[in-house]
Amino acid sequence: MADLKSAAPLLEVEDLRVHFHTPRGEVEAVRGLSFTLGRERLGIVGESGSGKSQTGRAILGLTAGNGRITAKTLRFQGQDLLSLSPKQWRAVRGARMSMIMQDPKYSLNPVMTVGDQIVEAYRQHHRVSAAEARQRALAMLARVKIRDPERVFATYPHEVSGGMGQRIMIAMMLIPEPDLIIADEPTSALDVTVRLQVLAILDDLVRERGMALIFISHDLPLVSSFCDRILVMYKGRVVEDLKASDLQSARHPYTQGLLGCLPRLDHRQETLPVLRRDPRWEHGTLEEVMR
Amino acid sequence: MNKPMTGTATAPQGLRGWLRTDTPQSRFQARMGRLWFGWLTFRRNRLAMLGLSIVLLLCAVALFAPLLAPYNPVQGVLNDRLQAGSAAHWFGTDNMGRDILSRLIYGARYTLMVVVLVAITAAPIGLLVGTVAGYFGGWVDTALMRVTDIFLAFPKLILALAFVAALGPGLENAVLAIALTSWPPYARLARAETLTVRKADYIAAARLQGLSHARLIVGHIMPMCTSSLIVRVTLDMAGIILTAAGLGFLGLGAQPPLPEWGAMISEGRQFLLNQWWVATVPGLAIFVVSLGFNLLGDGLRDVLDPRAGGNG
Amino acid sequence: MTERAEQGGPETASPSRSGARQASPGRVRLKRAGLLLLRTFGSLAVTFLGLLIITFLIGRVLPIDPVLAAVGDRAPADVYDRVYHEMGLHLPLYQQFFDYVVKIFQGDFGTSVLTSRPVLDDIVRVFPATLELATIATILGVLLGVPMGVLAAVHRGRWPDHCVRVLGLFGYSLPVFWLGLVGLLLFYMKLDWVGGPGRLDAAMEDFFEPVTGLILVDALLQGDMEVFWNAVSHITLPAALLAYFSLAYIARMTRSFMLEQLAQEYVLTARVKGVSEARVIWRHALGNVMVPLITVIALSYAHLLEGSVLTETVFAWPGLGSYITSSLLNADMNAVLGGTIIVGGVFIGINLLSDLLYRLFDPRARR
Repeated sequence: MADLKSAAPLLEVEDLRVHFHTPRGEVEAVRGLSFTLGRERLGIVGESGSGKSQTGRAILGLTAGNGRITAKTLRFQGQDLLSLSPKQWRAVRGARMSMIMQDPKYSLNPVMTVGDQIVEAYRQHHRVSAAEARQRALAMLARVKIRDPERVFATYPHEVSGGMGQRIMIAMMLIPEPDLIIADEPTSALDVTVRLQVLAILDDLVRERGMALIFISHDLPLVSSFCDRILVMYKGRVVEDLKASDLQSARHPYTQGLLGCLPRLDHRQETLPVLRRDPRWEHGTLEEVMR
Repeated sequence: MNKPMTGTATAPQGLRGWLRTDTPQSRFQARMGRLWFGWLTFRRNRLAMLGLSIVLLLCAVALFAPLLAPYNPVQGVLNDRLQAGSAAHWFGTDNMGRDILSRLIYGARYTLMVVVLVAITAAPIGLLVGTVAGYFGGWVDTALMRVTDIFLAFPKLILALAFVAALGPGLENAVLAIALTSWPPYARLARAETLTVRKADYIAAARLQGLSHARLIVGHIMPMCTSSLIVRVTLDMAGIILTAAGLGFLGLGAQPPLPEWGAMISEGRQFLLNQWWVATVPGLAIFVVSLGFNLLGDGLRDVLDPRAGGNG
Repeated sequence: MTERAEQGGPETASPSRSGARQASPGRVRLKRAGLLLLRTFGSLAVTFLGLLIITFLIGRVLPIDPVLAAVGDRAPADVYDRVYHEMGLHLPLYQQFFDYVVKIFQGDFGTSVLTSRPVLDDIVRVFPATLELATIATILGVLLGVPMGVLAAVHRGRWPDHCVRVLGLFGYSLPVFWLGLVGLLLFYMKLDWVGGPGRLDAAMEDFFEPVTGLILVDALLQGDMEVFWNAVSHITLPAALLAYFSLAYIARMTRSFMLEQLAQEYVLTARVKGVSEARVIWRHALGNVMVPLITVIALSYAHLLEGSVLTETVFAWPGLGSYITSSLLNADMNAVLGGTIIVGGVFIGINLLSDLLYRLFDPRARR
């Protein structure tokens, strides 16, 4: 892993800002976010509204129509993302970076078969015959541990369960073999029983293909067990950036608060503490907050 | 209990202040305050204001027709028949030598009458059927909605034609026929609104206080349906005007010599080639008034029923 | 909705199950589809029955005496009584209604006083004219209205959107008969670009022998291009007029459906995959818009089949609308009520068709 990290970073983000124009005025969802990403698995943790999902969308250039992105640097594999034409964007999206969305119930097209949607993802970036694309899609379905790919290929999204829907989503987003995959709460819409199964499949595929992963979640323990590095976001900013293995020694009171809110098995807790917020977290750097 | 942030000293005084207060003293004040804010939103929409002006103008013209009309709308001067527009007759005269402008002015009364009569008959029928069906559910709902569907399955104009045939031609019967054919969509709408509030806690609370079904429907459920119903009725008014004019055109609505706009078009038809104004001018009047109601309805929808809006 | 939720459950959700156990859910599905079809037909039958009740009642409460209408007012009293009994007017109302329904189902709508022919024959003769007009207008309305609605939604708040909005506002505000008259004045009388009222020039009508009654089809079948182009010149204006009203409605509905779909998550998914914007709009979003749009198109078609009453009057188009109106003005109630039933029946039939098409386009409703 060390030699991979020493290579040029895959993704460089410096001072990323996402503004939304709403009838009630300008809202800044992401406020000056900076990080670099190698071929590693990065977790972005934060509560709802912390801007973590908007960060993922901004990297893919898919901020909603009333939003605006600014950044000092937004570079992917040395390419400046801010100056891409729509056509250049299409060559990047799907082929080189992709995103797994939250709820397969809404994120799969209800009137297209599962197979057609996977084939579309592949043929968008590879000039192959329909028959070959079909073979690839079937193989990919098998890779996400779907036992009867032929049958699932012909089904419609409403006919499959949430867990299977998410495996289909993974197959669809990984089939063009992107270098970076962003997973936006990929398991929070699923039953607890199938979450681990889906995560294991995702983990296997990411490791095996040496892809970089940005894992966006509100679930700190999940992220820490799954990722190499963690960014903790609060109100549109990164408040702490640390290795997953160092989580227990987190310094920022917000991170500590998040950890403190979790029930623990090793000693009794009558009530879980409620996170107490400090307005300084919204603007201060880690050093300032610690002072 | 808590003082408003602005403080009483900086709050605007007088009627405006009374309307804009954060802490209304009565239900009436709260309601008026809401209306005031709705009006502020509405006023920003220029097209809606145009629609409102057209509708108000229609009302004024209808009200003051005898003062505004330069000539008698029914009695003509045969020597002046089929004249083109001039200083004496702005829109010319028809085949009986009657001044078209005067007939248009008096015709506003019939248009307004049709709209108002249809609205005050069809909307309450629909509201009653819809709220009762939605509130009670079960077989009441099934039966009432089945009847509604039967009326909806009928083509509107043909059903109106059949009713007029049964009742005999005339403006009142045309109104009745249009009302009888236009209530089903309101019933559907009121039922849908009722279903969304039926299970609400405040309904249950009112029920626990021992309110009768009738008072619950009239006092608590019907008010929830009114804003979307008002929007819908306003948007339908243009259609009602067009249907009434169509019946008049076919000779089944207002009878000559009444200056109803649709009937005027029908009378002017035979002079279309050489005296085009006789048939076209009343059509423009119908168009302008329908447009006014459509613009007003769109504007009202944006204020009262923003969910249903689509015109951003 | 509940059916969908059932299917989402873990039982049916794992297609990897062995074939032997899939046989039974398949049969359940078949049974459910059968039930659904039965229910649809049942509700249609009830609606149709209601339609008959209303026409029957209108016929009864009518101030026109059906006996007098048949025998004329100079007939002697014994003839009047005989006809009164022949018509079954002495029977109780429910029996009269039963006889009425039986007759309708035998295709007996009575005889038209005006044409002294069975009403059904008359309707079969006039219906193709209406059908031809409404079909052409609907095709034009869909071909133009759907793309316009899509463009308005995609360019929301910009000029394509404003154009569609203005077009829609005018469509909802203009009296169709007036626009028809103005069209005739301008394009026929002044400019002479199109044919006038009627389906063909009067001279041609006399020696043209209809087969299907759809003149455009007949002329092509007979290879008579002169008649064909003449018919085209006559149908252009009324068809364009009706197409405009249908277009205004379809475009407005398409726009609002499209806005709703473009905000859905699967659209974002498609964009993440790198799918081109054109494909996102025309394949992904429009594919989903087609589902509710079918109902809208069917409704607009059904309205054209009935609502061309005014257009047919203006253009002297010998269709169902003209037939019903002229019968009405001549107090020919058999013809009016027969026509109303047919129109209502067509309306119900189109609703059924749209229901079936809906199932075809929406996989969620298919099973």
